[in-house]
Amino acid sequence: MEKVKTPRPLRDNLILRVVAKALFPFILLFGLYVQFHGDFGPGGGFQAGVIMAAGFILYGLVFGLADMKRMLPPRWVEVFSALGVLLYGGVGVYAMFSNGEFLDYNALDPHNTIHGQHRGIFWVELGVGMTVVSVMVGLFYAFAGRGKRRE
Amino acid sequence: MQIEFVLFAFLIATAFTVVVVRDLFAAAMLFGIFSLLSSGMMLMMDAVDVSFTEAAVGAGVSTVLILSALSLTDASEKRSTENQWTAKLVVVTTGALLIFGTFDMPYYGDPDAPIHNHVAPGYIEGSRTDLEIPNIVTSVLASYRGFDTFGETTVVWTALIGAMLLLGGSRKDKDEAPEMPDKPEAL
Repeated sequence: MEKVKTPRPLRDNLILRVVAKALFPFILLFGLYVQFHGDFGPGGGFQAGVIMAAGFILYGLVFGLADMKRMLPPRWVEVFSALGVLLYGGVGVYAMFSNGEFLDYNALDPHNTIHGQHRGIFWVELGVGMTVVSVMVGLFYAFAGRGKRRE
Repeated sequence: MQIEFVLFAFLIATAFTVVVVRDLFAAAMLFGIFSLLSSGMMLMMDAVDVSFTEAAVGAGVSTVLILSALSLTDASEKRSTENQWTAKLVVVTTGALLIFGTFDMPYYGDPDAPIHNHVAPGYIEGSRTDLEIPNIVTSVLASYRGFDTFGETTVVWTALIGAMLLLGGSRKDKDEAPEMPDKPEAL
């Protein structure tokens, strides 16, 4: 009995469209900054991934799911989410092949353990960021791509 | 110090409103506000990384996810006619037990708290000398506790797998057609 009016797409709203388009690159840039500056300031892979996903979802909300899927094909999203976990695990396995233990970053650089640590953290955080951004976008696809329930 | 009381008051008020309100869209927005307030609390406790995450996940992405899930269902909560006393009893008992548990916890910022005397001093020292990373949170998260973070990343990934299995992931034919829901026979 609920009278659900189909809302006009946000795409019709000029202000939203202009603001979203102007903000989108800066949100992504901020996400990259949080990703790669996580060693020095607050942030890291989780936060960066969520910020970038929020940027993509904003784009999807304003310009529609079809445009968002053209920018980020669901297939890529799935692949990237798995690649992030594999990258994280790969760093661990690589450390094992470099005469260390699993995820022992000291082994990543035989001459300087501090450099090894920095390298390990960089790649591990990148893996986390990849997984988080694609999981968030993938969840949005899973929910938003279902279409309206009709009764 | 005063701002914490204000934030707490708003936090409790928001939580009560979420319970009372029947409009699920309003509840979703209130959850977003709740997350924003807790993010402010984290900031007051100098936990910038947690605050950051709470603002982005709680107030941002999860609100959108809840709203998009709501668009698949009705906009208002169904009024339950059943007797809810058992549920209320369970909730009140659990809440009372949780509050009872906090009496044994050390005070916030207590330097003698067990958590500050176990491995934390070693991490704080080592982050500067062994890792040379200014953000201790990152060095604990990615290096000292790398196994845990690997597990967390896998859990996040599992969430996507679960959602895709339940709700249906990408399908080749669906990607081409722009959101055409399956046509029901009637209508």
